[in-house]
Amino acid sequence: MFEAIAFYLFAFLTITMFYIAVTTSQALYALSALAAGMIFISAFFFILGADFLGAVQIVVYSGAVMALYAFGMMFFDTTREVKEKQGNKAIIIGLSALAALLVVVIVAAPIVGNNIEALYPSVDATKNVQEVGMVLFTKYLVPFEVAAVMLLVAMIAGIVLAGKKMDLSVTLMNEAEIIMMKEEDKNKKAHS
Amino acid sequence: MEMAYFIETIIKIVVILLIFSALAGIGTYFERKVLAFMQRRLGPVNVGPFGLLQVAADGIKLFTKEDIVPTNVVGRIFKIAPVITAATAFMAAAAIPFLPSFTLFGYEVHPIVADINIGILYILGIMGVGLYGPLLGGMASANKFSLLSAARGAAVFISYEVITGLSILAPIMMVGSLSLIDFNEYQSGGITSWIVWSQPVAFILFWIAAFAETGRTPFHLIANDHEIIDGFGTEYSGMRWGLFFIGEYANMFFISFVISILFLGGYGDGSFLGALGLLGKVAFFFFFFLWTRAAWPDVRPDQLMWLCWKVLMPIAVINIVITGIVMM
Repeated sequence: MFEAIAFYLFAFLTITMFYIAVTTSQALYALSALAAGMIFISAFFFILGADFLGAVQIVVYSGAVMALYAFGMMFFDTTREVKEKQGNKAIIIGLSALAALLVVVIVAAPIVGNNIEALYPSVDATKNVQEVGMVLFTKYLVPFEVAAVMLLVAMIAGIVLAGKKMDLSVTLMNEAEIIMMKEEDKNKKAHS
Repeated sequence: MEMAYFIETIIKIVVILLIFSALAGIGTYFERKVLAFMQRRLGPVNVGPFGLLQVAADGIKLFTKEDIVPTNVVGRIFKIAPVITAATAFMAAAAIPFLPSFTLFGYEVHPIVADINIGILYILGIMGVGLYGPLLGGMASANKFSLLSAARGAAVFISYEVITGLSILAPIMMVGSLSLIDFNEYQSGGITSWIVWSQPVAFILFWIAAFAETGRTPFHLIANDHEIIDGFGTEYSGMRWGLFFIGEYANMFFISFVISILFLGGYGDGSFLGALGLLGKVAFFFFFFLWTRAAWPDVRPDQLMWLCWKVLMPIAVINIVITGIVMM
């Protein structure tokens, strides 16, 4: 009974949060609702006994939305409402409803048609972390490694983009050296 | 059966909430007294014996102060931010075993709300969510200094979460579980079996990161002390500001529990002496937070980032690699 109550409560909360995230024109509301929705989703994992995935959902998405806040801070005055350009509302609503319907059909059709069963059903929920590790490093080893390489590429790209003066450390310099560095920068700008 | 479990859980939650809300208040008294002693002052002395009732006086003041919501703030976010800080601090406590299980009136009590098998991951995750409090408070305040403090707080928390996660990984590899109770069992063989002896580097790293996670003094960048302004809390008044405070102090207590259980043997074999030992360790770590505040100045933001990414993170990664090689 408690499971059912928890499920409907969190289903309602999640949908409400994402609805707010989509409809509001206040950046701070949208971001906070998105973060709250992501955290409420973790409740479903906990209800299903997938504790590890639930905790990972919280850790990963709370950090990810944090980065969005940083962008919000850079691009908007987050205490003001954003003026959105609104096109034809009928087209927007129609297309998004169609897309949602398509997603449901695409995901649900094989389940209904072929009676798909879980290939690696969780045998004993108490050993959750070990099980995730087992499946990850046997059956799904290749996708796992490919994902790791992709993340590495993204990280190196990030470092190259952001780190123009990575060999210098302001922390280790004294005042005179910092002033000299700034002077050099000014001269370079003046010459170019 | 299910109903009994349900009622038991509710009672545990209420007890933990009451004890740690009260402790957060008394924690401020200890902080003032310890700081006063170290700075050769008296601290609170006038209200009650030894100034003990100062806590009550502060509480009355916070509860009865006018609740001001300034004009240009984003109202709802501004109001909900302190609640996030306090609520997430107490949510994290759900997976902490505060004492060994004991028998009360013939009924066995486990002083942990939910013994989930991913305890430490859950605690760190929820403590990470706690950052939304200062961040939202600062961003919704319509105040430049609050915004600055929110940005700085976010940078510090995100960076030092990496250190926390990486430093904890090596002990997890040794124990082979994420549950705090399993950590305790692993170290139940007395002082020599404590993880701190086999993982001293991880212990120091986690301890350093704990200061950043709770926003305590050497890393107290979320309040703009050098600009003589209270950072994200500038626009807050009354109990809303008080909630930020309760969250911070509760977090200090909880992270002290976590350090003691992870590295220093927790409650040991579960005897009465072991339980006292755990409380003693927690008291020491809490005292150390205050001691550091009296003894050290705040570091500059760039020094903080330099320390995190160029010193602590490489050490943590090397520690994991060495642990892996030794275990193989």
